[in-house]
Amino acid sequence: MEKMVHTFPPYRGHEARHGQPEHHDPGFWRTWIFSPDHKVIGIQYGLTSLCFMLFGFFLMLLMRWQISKPGVPIPVFGPLLEKVLGQAAANGALSPDLYNSFGAMHGTIMVFLAVVPLAFVAFSNFVLPLQIGAPDMAFPRLNMASYQAFVIGGVIMLTSFFIPGGAAQAGWTSYSPLATMIPTDGQIFWLAGMVFIITSGLLSAVNFIATVIQLRAPGMTWMRLPFFVWAQFVTSFLILLAFPPLEAAAVMQLMDKVAHTSFFLPTGLAVGGQLANVSGGGSPLLWQHLFWFLGHPEVYVLILPAMGIVCEIIANNTRKPIWGYKSLVYSALAIGFLSFLVWAHHMYLTGMGTKVAVFFQTTTMIISIPSVIILTCFFISLWGSSIRFNTPMLFALAFLPMFGIGGLTGLPLGFNISDVHLHDTYYIIAHFHYVVAPGTIFALFAGIYYWFPKMTGRMMNEFWGRVHFWGSLIFMNVIFMPMFAQGMAGMLRRMADGGANYSAAVNSRAGADVIGGLSNNIMALHTWILWGACVLGLVQIPFIINLFWSIKHGKKVDSDNPWDATTLEWQTATPPPHTNFPVTPRVYRGPYEYSVPGHDRDFTPQNEPPK
Amino acid sequence: MDFPYIVEPRRDTGLYNAKLGIWLFLASEVMLFGALFSAYVLLRVGAEPGMWPHGWLNVYIGTANTIVLITSSITTVMAWVSCKLRQYRRFKFFHALTIVLAMTFVCIKSYEYHDKFTHYEITLANGKFADGHLVERSKDFDLAKKTGRVTIHGHEVDHEVELMDMQRPEARHIQREELTIPATDIKKMERYGPWHHTYLAIYFTLTALHAFHVICGALVIGFLWGPGSRMWHTDPERFTNRIEVSGLFWHFVDLIWIFLFPVLYLL
Repeated sequence: MEKMVHTFPPYRGHEARHGQPEHHDPGFWRTWIFSPDHKVIGIQYGLTSLCFMLFGFFLMLLMRWQISKPGVPIPVFGPLLEKVLGQAAANGALSPDLYNSFGAMHGTIMVFLAVVPLAFVAFSNFVLPLQIGAPDMAFPRLNMASYQAFVIGGVIMLTSFFIPGGAAQAGWTSYSPLATMIPTDGQIFWLAGMVFIITSGLLSAVNFIATVIQLRAPGMTWMRLPFFVWAQFVTSFLILLAFPPLEAAAVMQLMDKVAHTSFFLPTGLAVGGQLANVSGGGSPLLWQHLFWFLGHPEVYVLILPAMGIVCEIIANNTRKPIWGYKSLVYSALAIGFLSFLVWAHHMYLTGMGTKVAVFFQTTTMIISIPSVIILTCFFISLWGSSIRFNTPMLFALAFLPMFGIGGLTGLPLGFNISDVHLHDTYYIIAHFHYVVAPGTIFALFAGIYYWFPKMTGRMMNEFWGRVHFWGSLIFMNVIFMPMFAQGMAGMLRRMADGGANYSAAVNSRAGADVIGGLSNNIMALHTWILWGACVLGLVQIPFIINLFWSIKHGKKVDSDNPWDATTLEWQTATPPPHTNFPVTPRVYRGPYEYSVPGHDRDFTPQNEPPK
Repeated sequence: MDFPYIVEPRRDTGLYNAKLGIWLFLASEVMLFGALFSAYVLLRVGAEPGMWPHGWLNVYIGTANTIVLITSSITTVMAWVSCKLRQYRRFKFFHALTIVLAMTFVCIKSYEYHDKFTHYEITLANGKFADGHLVERSKDFDLAKKTGRVTIHGHEVDHEVELMDMQRPEARHIQREELTIPATDIKKMERYGPWHHTYLAIYFTLTALHAFHVICGALVIGFLWGPGSRMWHTDPERFTNRIEVSGLFWHFVDLIWIFLFPVLYLL
């Protein structure tokens, strides 16, 4: 097979039934905005969620300033905030209420509007149908509706910043009665937005599962699916079955807010020293159970797609079959199943009882086994290979230790005894950010650098990719590593002044370094983290410029398969035409046949017939 | 490249795309209603002794509505069978019945809602409770200003607990009469809305969500009966599939009601 680049008008060429391209240009709106084509929807989702990610990051920068220098006006952005939000940002500094609302929205935006839509929906939209040799998703118009619901949900969330009283303030977990009793309307917007976002997730999940089951190309048996497809397939089931309980919970909390029911409000609830005018009889724990029934599978929704992406890139750049393909598949399935049985490890301190805690502590320890198996398979795959160190591979390699740190520091949180000390401190912030930020987001960067040539026909700049990589790797650790220390010293996670009052009160009586107080060293780490976060923001600039500049000016790919990969998405034109493949591909072999002895090349595409 | 399995089933799964899609969607619906049912269980288990209501809903009306919905399931199957037998006019007849039955269900349900929203529990100044349906309010009735009076058709009890169990044998013999209560005697007056009791909260939430499903299902079936039925003349097999898929959704909505009815009316 000689190297060649097929040219189609990008995303517009329409392949007619008998292989003759039909010249039919649907125009800008039909091509890029209201398109049922899975590749366009993938790109839409990708760009939208990257914007949300940047926005969530900015919220965090403002909060870090407030934590490090409580009450000091924020340079440059402070006056701007005051102009837009008024009293809540008086003198250009965040009020505690605004801090709370930024905290809630940072979590919500990062989880539901940035990482899930990017890792799960954007990547599987673009890659999954190509990898299984399908012409599109099983339900293209449903797919379009999913993106539209997502945008509506996002707009509702963003609008809530500008209503009187501002956005939701009760954290991304929205625990009742707090969430219900805050007298502003931010929570109503949050709940309404969530209903749309959940609906969009459900539509995508139905679509992905149906696509994988129904539209696999001939010969693409289950054990020939690339691991990325398996990971997204399991993720789809998690979304499908875990999101609806949160939707039900959101409906109930909305009823509490709007119809003054008492689903989550107990009898005798007092607010501001007054007995609340509610019928009572509700259960605050019910909200937490329903929330975490979503919330914990959600963690695996964040991590499984990342593992899928990393697996593709590692196999491609080690030029070896991935080690333990079957173990990977069964581990992903085990994670999917077990993730429904661990949710209450978020609730050890709620008084739900030690017997329940023991059950959930046991399942939590069990679920770490398949995660470790997956990571071990990746590490063993590296052994003895001649690795190609390109930007996607660097990010994929960094994912391994970063996710490792995030995962292993989770073990003390999974035991209910040690969790009593660490619960709700900066330790847990460090833990889950290691999983999601240098973990999942690194895998997402890897995926963007890896599949960019397929989307555009051009490579991203390698030098600036490396600048982006090393900057991100160093400063992610500068930010999150100190938080472990802060958390173990007892720094609570939701204090709007970064613990200034708390530590001062104790220090004056008993000197520094008392148990429960916060030493000056620990407090000083806030400044360290603040500047780390600012530089992390700066090193994203090369990435943003690289991403857009390379669309027009990047180095052109010299073939449809610039990475010499085996999976099907590289065996069609670049960018792929409207129905992906000129003729339905036929699959003859597994996904990772690299360096097979006796072949003249070091990779054998899945659709290459046996000789 | 052709788009496969829109009409004919894939051989290894035995399903066409839309049928698999609706089953997956129904799986998520099971989780949605499952969460609400478990909320019901937790709220009921957590209620103070004697304070979980029984018999607040009319079993006869509920039974009638159950029959209406089950019948509509039968007509849905008949409509699909008619499509399979290529009898277009019978299909039209049966699905017209389905839509009429769906609307009947919603009407009966709204009557029940209306009944709850005109039902009042009044906490009297002397610590007793009056309970019944509103007959009339005097023109100058104002609870805040303590002027005027209100007339209800109901009865008076000493303790709120006595209002909870309307299934107990003695409750059958309650004498209901018109009670006129001056505003000065009223401490608190509350309708049987979702805010009144967590039982009513879960009742209204579950049945409203179910009614929303009924209405959406009726809209889809109405579309397939009306403008959507043009597909019959171009691609009858695909149209039959659509009837099957919408029918599966309809059966699911019925099934939810079959769980709702005993849970809310009988238990």
